[in-house]
Amino acid sequence: MIRVQKNDFNLNEEVKNITLKNNNIGGISTFTGIVRGGKKNSLKSMTLEHYSGMTEKMLKKIDLEAQKRWNLIATKIIHRYGRLIPGDQIVLVITASEHRKDAIESCEFLIDWLKTKAPFWKLEDSINGKKWVSERKSDIKASSKWTN
Amino acid sequence: MNIKYFSWIKDKIGIDSEKIIVSENIKTVNDLIIHLKTLSDKHNEALSDISILRCAINMEVVNFNENISDNDEVAIFPPMTGG
Repeated sequence: MIRVQKNDFNLNEEVKNITLKNNNIGGISTFTGIVRGGKKNSLKSMTLEHYSGMTEKMLKKIDLEAQKRWNLIATKIIHRYGRLIPGDQIVLVITASEHRKDAIESCEFLIDWLKTKAPFWKLEDSINGKKWVSERKSDIKASSKWTN
Repeated sequence: MNIKYFSWIKDKIGIDSEKIIVSENIKTVNDLIIHLKTLSDKHNEALSDISILRCAINMEVVNFNENISDNDEVAIFPPMTGG
């Protein structure tokens, strides 16, 4: 299941929604991405722009890929857009499986692929002005370790 | 054809989308970019280095040598930074 939204999300509620619907879950992995404040709290805000339509399409594709590769009972990706401030939650990934390995590995896979394959762009507004965030080599490396 | 721009490309060109009529000699995304660069100095500057651009046709990421047709929606953007 995927959601693209402006509003915040609640990790506990989202996990509870999954566990209530499935009684054979043995483990749940979650990842929450947070807006960093930067060095000396230099960041004022981060605005996430996205390609509406393609975002949903790509998230579904990535989600489906995880379900193909691992034995999963449930998955959830929630990605926010719009203006966020340091400390705000950006993204939530939840994976649930019978055994831990499937949940842990697929959670890492999902966030790695989201970084480089989900059509979002981040505009940072800091004390030094506004700047679009560039892709990071470490993200490309992390993403490419899960071959296409 | 509907063209969409995102992130700093949108900022540099000054618009987030535009409709253009493509001539017969525009067959690929690469041809389209060459054409778009002739539209204004802003286009030319924003699209000058193809190596730092990415593109999608009808919301699917493709290479610049991919063929395009008049009904396509073509998006041009920098590498994605989700998550």
